Amino acid sequence: MRFAIEENKLTPAPLLLTPQETYPISKLNLLPEIPLDSTFCFNSQLQHYLSGKQLLLDDLPFTLDDIQLHYVKGYLMYRKGIEIVGDKNHCLRCGTKDSRWFAEFPCARCGDICTYCRQCLMMGRVSSCTPLISWRGPVPEGKVPLNLLEWTGTLSPGQSGASSRVVNAVDRLEQLLVWAVCGAGKTEVLFKGIEHALTQGKRVCIATPRTDVVLELTPRLRAVFPHTTVASLYGGSEDRHTYAPLTIATTHQLLRFYQAFDTLIVDEVDAFPYSIDETLQYAVKQAKKPHSALIFLTATPSRKWQRECHLGKREFVTIPARYHRKPLPVPKFVWCGNWAKLLAQKRLPTNLLVWTKKRLAANKQALIFVPRIEAMDKMLHVFQKLHPQIESVHAEDPDRKEKVMRMRNKEIPVLLTTTILERGVTFANIDVAVLGAEDQVFAESALVQIAGRAGRSAQFPSGEVIFFHYGKTESMVRARNQILAMNKEATQRGMLDK
Amino acid sequence: MSLFADSYCLICHGVIDLAISWSSVLLATEDMVVCKSCHERLKPLSGERCRICGRVLSTDYRNRDQCFDCIRWEEDSEWGGLLAQNFCLYEYNEFLKEVIATFKYRGDYLLARAFKSGILRTLKNRKFDLIVPIPLSGERLYERGFNQSEALILEAGLQPTRLISRIHSEKQSKKSRSDRIHIPQVFRISEVEVVLLRDKTVLLIDDIYTTGSTLRHAAKVLHEHGVHQVFSFTIAR
Ligand SMILES: [Zn+2]
Ligand SMILES: [Zn+2]
Ligand SMILES: [Zn+2]
Ligand SMILES: [Zn+2]
Repeated sequence: MRFAIEENKLTPAPLLLTPQETYPISKLNLLPEIPLDSTFCFNSQLQHYLSGKQLLLDDLPFTLDDIQLHYVKGYLMYRKGIEIVGDKNHCLRCGTKDSRWFAEFPCARCGDICTYCRQCLMMGRVSSCTPLISWRGPVPEGKVPLNLLEWTGTLSPGQSGASSRVVNAVDRLEQLLVWAVCGAGKTEVLFKGIEHALTQGKRVCIATPRTDVVLELTPRLRAVFPHTTVASLYGGSEDRHTYAPLTIATTHQLLRFYQAFDTLIVDEVDAFPYSIDETLQYAVKQAKKPHSALIFLTATPSRKWQRECHLGKREFVTIPARYHRKPLPVPKFVWCGNWAKLLAQKRLPTNLLVWTKKRLAANKQALIFVPRIEAMDKMLHVFQKLHPQIESVHAEDPDRKEKVMRMRNKEIPVLLTTTILERGVTFANIDVAVLGAEDQVFAESALVQIAGRAGRSAQFPSGEVIFFHYGKTESMVRARNQILAMNKEATQRGMLDK
Repeated sequence: MSLFADSYCLICHGVIDLAISWSSVLLATEDMVVCKSCHERLKPLSGERCRICGRVLSTDYRNRDQCFDCIRWEEDSEWGGLLAQNFCLYEYNEFLKEVIATFKYRGDYLLARAFKSGILRTLKNRKFDLIVPIPLSGERLYERGFNQSEALILEAGLQPTRLISRIHSEKQSKKSRSDRIHIPQVFRISEVEVVLLRDKTVLLIDDIYTTGSTLRHAAKVLHEHGVHQVFSFTIAR
């Protein structure tokens, strides 16, 4: 698409009545700001579609004439998809500036060589002639029902303290990190804060990196906010164009939003590989309103964030104890020698074998974490000699869901897994082992999450956690220290039963 | 570019392990645009193949060196002999299906480069007067931003000739094969002196060979304008 500038307004080339000089949007230096014509009777469907979003023309089921009319009246804006400064490209949708994500092509839409972003391609191609379209008119008004929150549960003292901090942050449009141990019940901590925002007619979003979490949170939030429209957004979901006061989305979907949310809650910030961190930060920054509350939830903040907390540079609140008031199982370190070498001879460390046999004899289920798929495949054969029902899962396993289900039904005595089960999945009464805990895939946060799989239910609040290793690492020590510190804090604050 | 700069796989965006590439006797740089794992998922067509369309021949769907589909085309007085031979690179498996979908529907133009060396390898020692992309309708071209067949030619460093264009819209994928054989011509020759085409050898380029109908329709209009021989090339079969 090309634009001409007429009377200090952009006009898309297909709508020009007389031939004129036209440009791809990225070639325009300044994009004019058009004052809002308050007498204009805008299309409320378009308003619902576009409020707080940044979409492409291809995403909008409205005519170009209609879109242009709203632009001329000041109700929507055209922004550059790609900004080009010198020889540097910047994708204004996903934020990347890394040259490896950009490529050029002879574009039939503008008749020029166009630069496009490959990083966010799957959300529709943004190229240097692509306008991002956002709403700048009034936001849709909705009646706020009374008694928004219908929840009869009770909060633990730790949850309760965190819950009021969340309400405060929502109210004062501040940033807050909720550092809650695995099993603390972090979702309930959000209810009051969300209610507080919704009551004031504000727009709330919970974003999380994993689709599984979106799918799990959606019914829970729909149940406790039964009168509120809840949009559930992930790749391929159907709520894409629903305007909702409460949105639950994968962080990836945030790229379609622009200055939308008064409260943005980011769950499991740490579940990102480090490299994606910048993209996440960009997505968060432009999806929320400039003045808004930003809440982070995690059981395992990064080293950097932990340091900022301890130095008083980051607002945070901890929930150091689990809902069932028993301490977190503390991992034990057990040296197991060069397990990789043994494995090459189709053998396993004796202490791991003994540990597993004990669990099989006592009929106690166990998860064994392994650093890599190849190692796991070899191991499975050895383990299946102990018990034919022992199974393994990994990220690309097509039977992953089914195996997790069979583990829940106690049909699998011991499940070997890669880090794919490090978070999210809980089993009632299990022991946990890591083989090769020294491997670099087992970062501090991964090990804390793994240890957090044990002792989850109130009925079976304890479980053993063993890190079998071939050389202790800093990550292992830090993970254990983090768990010890949380148990200590929980004891001091009287959150644990004797 | 520095020798040690990371290079990334065009398809999965993962880092290409230079150690592996180097050890396999210094592959040409074009070969290093796709990582080992993606490369292995592209399955070259091998074994006994149909002389005309290039499909891998099964025991019961053939007569000598032709598949039943091609035999039916060749027996038809209107369509026989129009397409001399189709060259093709890979099996149209789930992986390639996804790659091609990202390339043409998502519009990831750069993926054309993943096929450069395959195209050049196939066309080596063969001579064509003109390399002609299968065209899109104007509407479809605007929607996608580029013609995937033309992208394949350009990114292989070859010169496309826009010899044919669409008469009707190309929405025909839902029609059955016999419907498609009998639909009227969808292509026409655009802006070329017919005299120029006399006795020429043309190579048509498309992304996928499915029924062979598109390529034969294009071949037909070329033959009608005096072209001597029509070959075709597709990424997938
Ligand atoms: Zn981008
Ligand atoms: Zn363009
Ligand atoms: Zn790859
Ligand atoms: Zn054939």
